[in-house]
Amino acid sequence: MNNQRRTVLKSGSGAALLGMLAAAGIITPGMALADWNKAAFDAKSMADTLKALGAGSPADSKDVQVTGPDIAENGAVVPVGVASSLPNISMVAILIEKNPNALAATFVLPEGTEANVQTRVKMGQTSNIYALVKSDGKFFMATKEIKVTLGGCGG
Amino acid sequence: MGNPMKIRAANKDGVTEVKVLVSHEMETGQRKDAAGAIVPAWFITELVAKHGDKVVLSSEFGPSVSKNPYLAFKFKGGAKGEKITVSWKDNKGDSRSDEATIG
Repeated sequence: MNNQRRTVLKSGSGAALLGMLAAAGIITPGMALADWNKAAFDAKSMADTLKALGAGSPADSKDVQVTGPDIAENGAVVPVGVASSLPNISMVAILIEKNPNALAATFVLPEGTEANVQTRVKMGQTSNIYALVKSDGKFFMATKEIKVTLGGCGG
Repeated sequence: MGNPMKIRAANKDGVTEVKVLVSHEMETGQRKDAAGAIVPAWFITELVAKHGDKVVLSSEFGPSVSKNPYLAFKFKGGAKGEKITVSWKDNKGDSRSDEATIG
């Protein structure tokens, strides 16, 4: 779990370096997974999530498709797909507006991988879901409302 | 370690479609148990798929991805008999890696 920290400590002026990394937000205390975008996943609202992803206010695009059922009987398992015909898509994210944390998942697509991913998400209640894609460095978005008859986030 | 993933990879007309079914609890940290105590969050944070040595998809999950996450994607290239490797890491530091052959 703490392999990275050990390595850092061994590499010379360990303590000072670790302090610098922590200050820079590269290593957050209690979290060994440095790559995971904690700020984006912890953000509560849509706006905060978009900000944490560096997306600002993305433009709506007809070239982004978000697929899913109109009505989901079971909010614990809602199939959602994102597809887009925009060029050079490097990132796809799925956001659920009314979940406790809006961001569900992000996908980084290297060249050669098609902008077409499907997964399954939990929804606490009826909500708009947003598909965010990054094409040629710009962000675009599409939305769809899914009605949930039984929430998937409660007890 | 968790249970093995189910991975299917099929090549058609130069495009490989990969479907992954991961076995994981994906606990949100919002639920309470019978005694009213919060069940701690336990979910996959990162999942990476590779074709040979080349990364074809790297994803980050939040707790609102469903229990036993399902994922499907397509990439250009790949041929019958080549290997697809999928690995994940969760927020408790657990990880797992599984392999499949493109059919």
